[in-house]
Amino acid sequence: MSLQTPARSPSADPPPRTDGPGPGLVVVPARRPGRWILAALVLVLVAQFGHGLVTNPGWDWSAFAGYFFERSIMHALLVTLELTAAGAVLGFLGGIVLAPMRLSRNPVLRAVSWTYIWIFRSVPLIVQLLFWANLGYLYDKLQLGVPFGPGFVSFETSGLVSSMGAALLGLALHEAAYAAEIVRGGIISVDPGQLQAAASLGIPRLRQFRRIVWPQALRAILPPAANELINLLKSTSVVYVLAIGELFYQVQVVYGRNGRVVPLLMVATVWYVILTAVLSVLQHYVERRFARGAVR
Amino acid sequence: MIELRDVHKSFGPHEVLNGVDLTVPAGSVTVVIGPSGSGKSTLLRCVNHLEKLSRGTVRVDGELIGYRQSGNRLYELSERLILRQRARIGFVFQNFHLFPHLTALENVAEAPVATLRRPRAEALRESRDLLARVGLADKADAYPRQLSGGQQQRVAIARALALRPKLVLFDEPTSALDPELVGEVLDVLRDLARAGTTMIVVTHEIGFAREVADTVVFLDGGRVVETGPPAQVLDAPRHDRTRAFLSKVL
Repeated sequence: MSLQTPARSPSADPPPRTDGPGPGLVVVPARRPGRWILAALVLVLVAQFGHGLVTNPGWDWSAFAGYFFERSIMHALLVTLELTAAGAVLGFLGGIVLAPMRLSRNPVLRAVSWTYIWIFRSVPLIVQLLFWANLGYLYDKLQLGVPFGPGFVSFETSGLVSSMGAALLGLALHEAAYAAEIVRGGIISVDPGQLQAAASLGIPRLRQFRRIVWPQALRAILPPAANELINLLKSTSVVYVLAIGELFYQVQVVYGRNGRVVPLLMVATVWYVILTAVLSVLQHYVERRFARGAVR
Repeated sequence: MIELRDVHKSFGPHEVLNGVDLTVPAGSVTVVIGPSGSGKSTLLRCVNHLEKLSRGTVRVDGELIGYRQSGNRLYELSERLILRQRARIGFVFQNFHLFPHLTALENVAEAPVATLRRPRAEALRESRDLLARVGLADKADAYPRQLSGGQQQRVAIARALALRPKLVLFDEPTSALDPELVGEVLDVLRDLARAGTTMIVVTHEIGFAREVADTVVFLDGGRVVETGPPAQVLDAPRHDRTRAFLSKVL
């Protein structure tokens, strides 16, 4: 503090300011006219867009309101949620198996995991879905039995892999490849010293992973996993190609019937936005739950 | 008693340990000193088989570490058996490596429950006693990040003691600490030495070595250059290399 205290100042005066330039001086902030102009410009554009939303009859808000909670839409929403939940659970279970395989000291496990991830990240989801749906052309029967030997039970492929089955299979396999990389990222983010400490304490291998590595890895896994889950929620719209009545397919069915394309697309859009918002809030709470020991 | 015979360790072409022989009697304190890169840490990590030896043997109370001998063959033990052997050798790291998501108490109690399968309530009670022994009874429920470096290292020492080891290895336990925190950790080490804990301590604290060590080992270039009581190795070193090293650190 190199401030000069006025000589006349007795103790009754307020203490000298430490954040200003000193007594008798006034700071005039720099003018930023650009900031005002830009803000005004953006506000005008926003207002114009809002005005359009209200006045443009093309949005057809009454149709939007009519269909938003309509029964077939509600049912489709449920299918979307089911696909998302099943895809996420199966995908992450796959990822939790594939990630340690890729980090294994066993070269065969490593190679298999690497190849899986490579293939399933390479094939577009929509192509994969069509593949599974048409599995019957490739193998008309699937059988359980001795590899290369006799079989015990066999199934008709078309009976076993329904279009819903194909959709689930495709989403889960696709998701597993991404989940594997997310989980692996979490695991390698844990300080190797943690494993050394656990090993030096003689803690059994599985417990080292479950009790020491996993809870720490989870903190790094959660944000990208939530990202992936939100991504999956929207990717379920791709299964419309298999004529499954999820949200996106259903709005197409409805506007195919009545021609009100825009309001029905808005129905789907707003539902996706709402679900994503719910997931984002959930993410916040889950992350907080797993931040144990991370903050003072 | 701990016996190292002809211990070699190389990482690729780089020879870190070049035939180390060392005997540590039960209840004694051995302090290992030497320039950085001389293989001190590697030596400690070979004792509890965190590093696999390239050649030679380590025995603790006559039991071969990491291998089973049959005739003139050494069979590498399964990981499960090695983990069981490690449970009897405590290890304290330079950077503590406490588990950040567990409280101080949970850190200490983890190994007795996981490794020795002790009942949880009992393990927690004993862990509280151990924390009290290192002067941290009031920090049982703190997370590592809420503790100072010296406190963290004392928790790490309690954690290593929780398995009632026959031997505790200390890898530069005060090197990561602010100077004013070194003393509290050395005090704990002194108490352990007085209580008859068998210890091998890698450190740069020459004063501590002089005061507490029964044997000082000077390691350089992966070999034991000189070994003996502190009065001899620290105050009247016979080798030039020991003298040169001491003149730099004292």
